[in-house]
Amino acid sequence: MIPDRDPGLRNRRAVPLAAVPRRPVERFRAEVLDAVGRGRRLIAFFGTPESGDQTLLLAVLADDDAGSLEAHAAVVGESYPALTPDCPPAHRFEREIAEQCAVRPLGHPSLKPVRRHPPDHAAGAAAGAGAVERAGFDRERYEFDRIAGEEVHEVAVGPVHAGIIEPGHFRFQAHGERVLSLEIVLGYQHRGVERLLETRERDQAVLVAESIAGDTVIGHAGAHCAAIEALARSRKTPRAQAIRGIALELERLANHIGDLGAIAGDVAYQPAAAYFGRMRGECLNLLMALSGNRYGRGLVRPGGVGFDLTPALAAEARERLARLKEELIPVADLMLGNASVQARLEGVGALSPETCVALGIVGPPARAAGVARDVRTDHPYGVFRFAHIPVSTAWAGDVLARCLVRRLEILRSLEFVLEQLAGLPDGGPRVECGPLRPEELAVALAEGWRGEIVHAVLTDARGAIRRYKVVDPSFHNWSGLAAALPGNQISDFPLCNKSFNLSYAGHDL
Amino acid sequence: MLEFLRVRLRQGVRTSPFPRGGAELPERFRGRPVLDATRCDGGCAGCRARAPSALIQRGPDDRAVLDLGACLFAPEEAAACPNGAIRFSSDYRMATRARGDLVTPDGEVALARALDARMRRLFGRSLRLRSVAAGSCNGCEAELVALGNVVFDLARFGVQFVASPRHADGIVITGAVSANMRSALYRTWEATPEPRLVIAVGACAASGGPFRGSPEVGDGVPEDLPVDLWIPGCPPHPLTILDGLLRLLGRLDGGDAPGPGGAPRSKSG
Repeated sequence: MIPDRDPGLRNRRAVPLAAVPRRPVERFRAEVLDAVGRGRRLIAFFGTPESGDQTLLLAVLADDDAGSLEAHAAVVGESYPALTPDCPPAHRFEREIAEQCAVRPLGHPSLKPVRRHPPDHAAGAAAGAGAVERAGFDRERYEFDRIAGEEVHEVAVGPVHAGIIEPGHFRFQAHGERVLSLEIVLGYQHRGVERLLETRERDQAVLVAESIAGDTVIGHAGAHCAAIEALARSRKTPRAQAIRGIALELERLANHIGDLGAIAGDVAYQPAAAYFGRMRGECLNLLMALSGNRYGRGLVRPGGVGFDLTPALAAEARERLARLKEELIPVADLMLGNASVQARLEGVGALSPETCVALGIVGPPARAAGVARDVRTDHPYGVFRFAHIPVSTAWAGDVLARCLVRRLEILRSLEFVLEQLAGLPDGGPRVECGPLRPEELAVALAEGWRGEIVHAVLTDARGAIRRYKVVDPSFHNWSGLAAALPGNQISDFPLCNKSFNLSYAGHDL
Repeated sequence: MLEFLRVRLRQGVRTSPFPRGGAELPERFRGRPVLDATRCDGGCAGCRARAPSALIQRGPDDRAVLDLGACLFAPEEAAACPNGAIRFSSDYRMATRARGDLVTPDGEVALARALDARMRRLFGRSLRLRSVAAGSCNGCEAELVALGNVVFDLARFGVQFVASPRHADGIVITGAVSANMRSALYRTWEATPEPRLVIAVGACAASGGPFRGSPEVGDGVPEDLPVDLWIPGCPPHPLTILDGLLRLLGRLDGGDAPGPGGAPRSKSG
């Protein structure tokens, strides 16, 4: 199948919606399957109301080798032939389409709700009053998969579960202590983020974007602003790009350091838990010195950044980070060089590279299994076009490998930030960002600390936002956690969970 | 072993001396918002239309008043007044006992009073809390977790987060209360033995925060849950939470938490 001329969709470069090939659904399906068969990754797949009772389906695929994106479109009625049977990465996306748009992917093996909410992007009659009742929607109802047999038992945890943690429900089917399967039910944090991003004024929308996942403020606000800037043809200054890059890596540092500390705590290696816990705060405090908020709220804005990095601040940050580096490396070596820590982490919760590819896993869990995916390298943007951060990988795919990847990424992000702080480009922090072009599609990818963040935005004929699709890395990676558990002990779950450290809020939207 | 001792020695003692000092915050920190009435034209409703949140409300005589419970601590909120009447101070202290106390004409608030003698006898030196995230972004929860690190070390005040509401003296609610968490929130509260405290942390719990008005959330903690302490912020700085908790427990005598400059104060602000 020979594709039409490439319409030029790239990370953060918008194209007219008319340039996206729109096919009859059978051909759309064949083309997407063909692209996935040729190694493209399905990074977003969603629907939006078209005229009448029809829904426009859009699939966005990434070619990581060429650094390009491609979009495919089809208009469907109340059902269409599902892609999932021939394309496992579509599994969760199609469940989401069924839930959001009330469109049925026929032949989907398990059309369970993703977040348990009434359709909020349905066309025509399906959107009308009474549709919810007709669909028999019930927030409290959910059919679990069950395994029967002698000595097989079920363990249910959540939504309110141990510690200070977001709500989610975990249902284990176990034989003795051995996990046979784990089903994860989410949606408790569902706040209707996509609808808010579609309907709110621009300076409210950026505050919503900062609150998609409160530990990924820079990652999500960065992708949000990049999509808006692409649609407005606004070009940031190199200085603003560098400041955003610094903030993104500080966010990665804070979270990776915190994760190593949490894992140390889980295996009862208290010294590292205490030291890393404190050092995580040092990174947050640097973000606060820059932006006035420990998570970097207020910094990333359409057209650039809300706060400049003054020479005095840059010098202070360099000094503090250099000290942090000196304190951090010995603690990481102490923890990961300790034989009893290694023994506890090794071989637990392993994911194979094949599973990572089949489920579309992104971020550190994919890289820990040797699947070298990193938006900063594959689809470089902003400052990462000029200052390359090497992709950090390991091969075993287990909890230890996820720790080793984090350790490596911590060191490389530290180097990057120290280097950037030493020579910030000139220019102002922020430029004008005007109205959005009508009838266009923009896709912004960012490598958040959890992995690939996708914001896909579609404008209507007036240049208003018609559809805003958010794909948090956790959307894919929760499936990875569920796939990593079988064969492990139930008591390994907390450790496994911490090594993924996924976002409930980012998934639930 | 020697290497371990070397690292231990180098890490030193990092626990903050709070509440005796230890409240130094950077220049750009956005703390409690204040409104300078002399710069407010009054009757000019422009700020309410421009502000990206419900921070600025219509008060008596059409003058602007601030609702700290709805404040998202965003730079755009201060910029909403063209005369510069609104700015963020460096004061991190702003927790109150009543929701209404967060609504203020100038930004000054009646900081939380201590619990009555009986409740202080029960909880003053030992308080166990269960956290319930209900439609949040995980920002407030991250700061609740941070309270447990060696810097803030919440446990030194006898306050601890526990796994089960049945082991708890109260619940800490974060989030705008999503439709999907509503029943779990009530059941957690009912499972907490009486007498029990309810503490609402963050803009979402007080007003819906950035999600205010979404059909998938209530705009904060439902009115039939009796809240004992409101802690504004998006998310609140750990010191804001700590200050609120210690005031509630009567552990800050006469309000001598350090003021914005970091030095102890003799009078409460």
